[in-house]
Amino acid sequence: MSDEAAEPAARLKAYEGRAAAVAGVGKDPVNEPMIRHWCEAMGDTNAAYTGPDAVAPPTMLQAWTMGGLSGHEGRSDAYDELLGLLDEAGCTSVVATDCEQEYLRPLRPGDEITFDAVIESVSERKTTKLGTGHFVTTRMDVRANGEPAGTHRFRILKYAPARPKSKAARPRPVVNRDNAGFWEGVGRHQLLIQRCGGCGTLRFPWLPGCGACGSPEWDTVEASGDGTVYSYVVMHHPPFPAFDPPYAVGLIELAEGVRIVSNVIGVPYDKVRIGMPVRLRFERYDEELVLPVFRAGAEGGR
Amino acid sequence: MRGGEGERVRVAEGQRGRVGEGERVRVGEGERVRAGEGGRVRAGDELPPLEIEITRTLIVAGAIASRDYQDVHHDAELARHRGSPDVFMNILTTNGLVGRYITDHFGPAAVLRKVAIRLGAPNYPGDTMVLTGRVEEVEGDTATVRVVGANGIGRHVTGTVTVTLPPGGAS
Repeated sequence: MSDEAAEPAARLKAYEGRAAAVAGVGKDPVNEPMIRHWCEAMGDTNAAYTGPDAVAPPTMLQAWTMGGLSGHEGRSDAYDELLGLLDEAGCTSVVATDCEQEYLRPLRPGDEITFDAVIESVSERKTTKLGTGHFVTTRMDVRANGEPAGTHRFRILKYAPARPKSKAARPRPVVNRDNAGFWEGVGRHQLLIQRCGGCGTLRFPWLPGCGACGSPEWDTVEASGDGTVYSYVVMHHPPFPAFDPPYAVGLIELAEGVRIVSNVIGVPYDKVRIGMPVRLRFERYDEELVLPVFRAGAEGGR
Repeated sequence: MRGGEGERVRVAEGQRGRVGEGERVRVGEGERVRAGEGGRVRAGDELPPLEIEITRTLIVAGAIASRDYQDVHHDAELARHRGSPDVFMNILTTNGLVGRYITDHFGPAAVLRKVAIRLGAPNYPGDTMVLTGRVEEVEGDTATVRVVGANGIGRHVTGTVTVTLPPGGAS
């Protein structure tokens, strides 16, 4: 936990029961243009919201109390202080999580909106997928021309955004006695193919014995670096920490006839095609890791 | 934040008609009679699903129509800075869509009394939300409907709507 977590919960709890808004006034009376804009956005064609006897969609209740770009009027000092404290604690982002509304009377064009709100509760510091922060619940009483028109309970999460994790390192190769020579070759920017000492058959990946004749004797030949895409898949899901899907994984047939699985680079993942010529390239991924990959097109390089 | 319940909603077979821009409505079970048009509403009734395409336009239009200028609802760059992969729908728009879902079904004479919603998996551009509803209780002329809006990454919204039905709408 960061030191931000040290923010005394008691200091936040003290705001419970205090006013969040006092004698707030809606910036506009209930009006047809705002109703129409709302209905257009929602795709709501309800006939009750148009014509001479139109009412506002009840779910617009909160919209009439919104401060808009010019900010809230009527918001209490206590509420501003609470939000300020949370900002100072690093909880600078806000997201709404719950909304409970009760509609006591329909709102009609011309109705003047006033409202009061109270801070019902401030939660302990909670860790969510978005980050850590506090849930703040307010309850607002909305009036139209002075008559009760509805209640609006609203819960927000004020949170410190979770920092994106630093990109994970690619997996390390598992090096053992049977394949150590291959990885030593990669370290020298050479792609080495095993050749059977008995029958001369080339093999890849590296194995202790020949699949054709069984001989344990072998030496190596260096791949020319030319190849073609024999097959491929595009990885979309699941994502692995070090990789950024979608990406293409190719089965590359080397000019020498053996095949190797590697990334196809230098071409969008969805432009990789079977038969596409590729060229070996050694790519450095971090201080320790160099891998043989294949670049589409004639360009290559060591 | 991604990787929610991943629930898939099966949309009932039935006709499909365009209702507004960027959205489709599929009517389940063919010729369901609407309450308010002589139908009777009973506990256990399932409302036909409503599919909402979550476009960037819908997100921004809903935010502005509800006078919500929080940057996460219109500025993708700032949304990412705040840890979100993209802009996402504001709660007022979700509230409006849930209300619309109910009155679309029960007709213009139905009156919303209460709408209580909780948000889960955010609605990001390019996703589709499918609203489904089930009548939980009918008492006199008032029905309580449980609503779920599922998108590609989980449940965007769960909620309960209390609605007064026009005469003849409740059994």
